[in-house]
Amino acid sequence: MERNLMKGNEAIAEAAIRAGCKCFFGYPITPQTELAAYMAKRMHKAGGVFLQAESEIAAINMVLGAASTGVRAMTSSSSPGLSLKSEGISYIAGSDVPAVIINVQRGGPGLGGIQPSQADYWQATKALGHGDFHLLVFAPASVQEMVDMVVKAFDKADEYRMPAMILADGLLGQMMEPVSFPEINPDAHDKNGWAANGHGNKREHHIINSLYLKPDELENSVTERFARYDMIKEKETDAELYLTEDCDILLCAFGATARVVKSAVNEARMQGIKAGMFRPKTLWPFPVKEINKASENARMLLSVEMSMGQMIDDIKLAINCSKPVGFYGRTGGVIPTPAEVLAEIKKAGGAE
Amino acid sequence: MAATEILLAGFGGQGVLFAGKILAYCGLMDSKELTWLPSYGPEMRGGTANCSVCISDEPIGSPLVLAPDILIAMNQPSFDKFVNDVKSGGKVFYDSTLIESECTRTDIEIFPIPSSQLADDNGLKGGSNIILLGKVIKETGIFTLDTMKKGIEKVVPPSKAHLIENNFKAIELGMNN
Repeated sequence: MERNLMKGNEAIAEAAIRAGCKCFFGYPITPQTELAAYMAKRMHKAGGVFLQAESEIAAINMVLGAASTGVRAMTSSSSPGLSLKSEGISYIAGSDVPAVIINVQRGGPGLGGIQPSQADYWQATKALGHGDFHLLVFAPASVQEMVDMVVKAFDKADEYRMPAMILADGLLGQMMEPVSFPEINPDAHDKNGWAANGHGNKREHHIINSLYLKPDELENSVTERFARYDMIKEKETDAELYLTEDCDILLCAFGATARVVKSAVNEARMQGIKAGMFRPKTLWPFPVKEINKASENARMLLSVEMSMGQMIDDIKLAINCSKPVGFYGRTGGVIPTPAEVLAEIKKAGGAE
Repeated sequence: MAATEILLAGFGGQGVLFAGKILAYCGLMDSKELTWLPSYGPEMRGGTANCSVCISDEPIGSPLVLAPDILIAMNQPSFDKFVNDVKSGGKVFYDSTLIESECTRTDIEIFPIPSSQLADDNGLKGGSNIILLGKVIKETGIFTLDTMKKGIEKVVPPSKAHLIENNFKAIELGMNN
């Protein structure tokens, strides 16, 4: 397959177009700007719509509208922009509409900074908006995975009729790596059963709505959605297990941080320390089976994040607090170094 | 082979990211694993810009170069800031028209080249970055001239194809000085 050299942001955009995304609505923000710029350049040639909205709030509501008609629609932003989009994302979830949302994270809270961060883990996995809902959250660690996960996100969003997110960060968005584009079938899912795509007086109206004034009806809709979530938790988890079989200390990291951790794990192994790495590729659903398998023989776990430690709770819940879980992190846009992580492994008494 | 880690640094506008991109494309041409990571944000607009490039036969972990095997410095602040980070046994290339080295390290090799002056003297305004790359491939052998030329052809946009020859000239200048 042909190898191209692309920035993560551009690769996401190209992958989305190839996956049949026909509508992109966005509002500029560093460090995801190249994504929207690429869409602006390419989308109309691919027969789609690129529109720079007047705000993030407008953009996400345009996604809701477009996706309601059954076309593949996407928006992208970075951390502060996601907060603005959160209301619309809740509406998308409540309306059972598939859509793909990209977050190229930067430091927060507030306007924060523009350097890479993973401090939106809680937001993405626990509460990206009000109400009882989840979205699928994919965490790529390379430019190639950004491509593969965008394609998957569109597919799974269609399959389960729910929003899916790519949770990336400024480092992945800005870096270039070789990347290949797989064959994609964008029309795998028939949406005629629900999409508001014109009834031509031949069928009943399809109504896309998230308002239920009768509590029992609302409860039913939520319960039905959670039955779907249970299925997703069963079927859709994904993780990379690296040198975990004999590991004494299991490092847990996702996204760009996992690359730093992998370098540290390799160095630790060279020094005779039995370190391994668990890297969730789906953050929701969290790969519970996979982390239990990875940590089977480990004495302790160490979560490494570009935040103050937002994944620790999920790790503890997943292993039912059966082993100690340590933490090392940098935040605000500071990227941890392999040397720092190695020092933490040693401090934790990583054994030979 | 462990990754070759390269750090390029200079003022915004000197073509630091562009030179890094050429190295990245050389890696692509040679079917290597590679990463290219720019500094981004306000520093790109007139301040210091730098760019990490890793080239390897194996998948690359952290793309952020903290201890380079090869440092390419295009201004004094960058040279002063990064020269002590270079790995023992590493190589430093710098534009001696703009930089005075007070480095006393004996565990690294230092290659000054008056790349700005050479660029000006040969009608290659703005080609200092590429002259430095020529010096790099000559002294490190990381890429062949042929690969470098292919890399340049990939990076120069079609609208500026007339500049390709000048870039070739700059590479050869760097190799011969």
